[in-house]
Amino acid sequence: KEGMGCEIKLRSVLRTLHGSNTCCIIERDETPMEKEIASLHRMEFQFSDIFYFCRKGFEAIVEDEVTQRFSSEELVSWNLLTRTNVNFHYVSLRLTVVWVIGVIVRYCFLLPLRFTLAAIGITSMIVGTTVVGQLPNSSLKNYLSEVVHLTCSRILVRALSGTIHYHNKENKPQKGGICVANHTSPIDAIILTNDGCYAMVGQVHGGLMGVIQRATVKACPHVWFERSEIKDRHLVTKRLREHVADKNKLPILIFPEGTCINNTSVMMFKKGSFEIGGTIYPVAIKYDPQFGDAFWNSSKYNIVSYLLRIMTSWAIVCHVWYMPPMVRKDGEDAVQFANRVRSAIARQGGLTELPWDGGLKRAKVKDSFKEEQQKNYSKMLVRNGSQGSLSAGTESD
Amino acid sequence: SGAKPISHSQITRLYSRFTSLDKGENGTLSREDFQRIPELAINPLGDRIINAFFSEGEDQVNFRGFMRTLAHFRPIEDNEKSKDQNGPEPLNSRSNKLHFAFRLYDLDKDDKISRDELLQVLRMMVGVNISDEQLGSIADRTIQEADQDGDCAISFAEFVKVLEKVDVEQKMSIRFLH
Repeated sequence: KEGMGCEIKLRSVLRTLHGSNTCCIIERDETPMEKEIASLHRMEFQFSDIFYFCRKGFEAIVEDEVTQRFSSEELVSWNLLTRTNVNFHYVSLRLTVVWVIGVIVRYCFLLPLRFTLAAIGITSMIVGTTVVGQLPNSSLKNYLSEVVHLTCSRILVRALSGTIHYHNKENKPQKGGICVANHTSPIDAIILTNDGCYAMVGQVHGGLMGVIQRATVKACPHVWFERSEIKDRHLVTKRLREHVADKNKLPILIFPEGTCINNTSVMMFKKGSFEIGGTIYPVAIKYDPQFGDAFWNSSKYNIVSYLLRIMTSWAIVCHVWYMPPMVRKDGEDAVQFANRVRSAIARQGGLTELPWDGGLKRAKVKDSFKEEQQKNYSKMLVRNGSQGSLSAGTESD
Repeated sequence: SGAKPISHSQITRLYSRFTSLDKGENGTLSREDFQRIPELAINPLGDRIINAFFSEGEDQVNFRGFMRTLAHFRPIEDNEKSKDQNGPEPLNSRSNKLHFAFRLYDLDKDDKISRDELLQVLRMMVGVNISDEQLGSIADRTIQEADQDGDCAISFAEFVKVLEKVDVEQKMSIRFLH
């Protein structure tokens, strides 16, 4: 399914870049393997067959579609932050002076202010949810829990100078549903909870995060998993299914990519979220990189440096599109459903779609993709009978 | 030497690419750094291509070496096709591109492609999908067609002859967009 189909899809995607800021260095040749190699001869091995693989390899070395998604997007014009000053050079004294003023404003005014707000927000969240958690289960408790969550979320968004534009609010996720969104940063969750209440899903952490998790789960049925539990996929699916079945419970918030991507593309959605059943409410989140880069490059920065960078940016500006609910069609399996939802999100957010797994940030690519290419090449070498009659596009998935 | 020089922005971009691949941040790339590129890792000839960057016995390549190997894939500009070249042949000449491809086949670097070497490369390209016998006969046929001096191996001259009608320049070139 992947492999060759993946290659062809990659090429068609490259053709329809949605005007995102991906700066292509080289012109990629998109001729498929069959046309390129077979055009030379009658379906026998030739020494020149190597050229195809060779050039594809070098194209990937100079520029590949995957690894660039794990580092911050490049800007077209500078936004006065040193961190984005990769390809821009010294221009003038006046610009440098403006930049210095910018640094002073950001570090001496904005940072302390934001830090204070964040501290207030987190403390209120912990105290508020603990207090509400003492109440017996009732509609009053739920109401108060929502108030606390919303208020603290809003304080935290202000702490990041977040300007969020919500679109299509009529499609906001309902109770008993599952909300899926593309993942760029840990802030994504706060961006969404700013406008509604969700049941979070995630792993239990230690430290401050753990304290917040333990406090909030008393007030509202968030789904926190122990590290050992999360490895058991059936257990995870079962718990989530139970949650979704209860129509009074808040919608679950899941990020199916499983890791942070740099907001220029949407990578493969893990099918687990789509096996739970229920109604899926897709949400597309697109950050405006001009004011600040929200992407968390976890291999380069730890969470503290990341938050520091966020708090010394100009602002976090983003757009959130709520999309109409989707359900799995008859005869559609989880993977196809996941891809359908992913396409919808990518189209709405103006992001490219990549069939690659976000897990490639850390893990090696599966051998099955290489085997797929080898299989396709072999088919060309030992085609029985008809010579020269290539039926285009018949490579099976 | 009559070649269109590589632009400053292209060098900057390639250097930027080099540093982003250099996870160890020590100014050199190892084989693992290349393997981390998914599209290269799934290329059947990925290992041979990566090997081309490293000199004999070395397992690190610096930026200069990186650029030298990439230079083979620069397009040949029209003015380079003129006959009078006084300086050393540029790395991206037709001959040097062919030599690069030849070296991908020539595993033991003895300037000959033996039947064994051809079989090994073929095996990389087809994986498990073709039997040993079939692959052997493909190799035999290929060598028979190209071999002129009867030594059952392909020298560089024989290699060039076989590919004389192929548009090497177009197939082994990568165009920069700016």
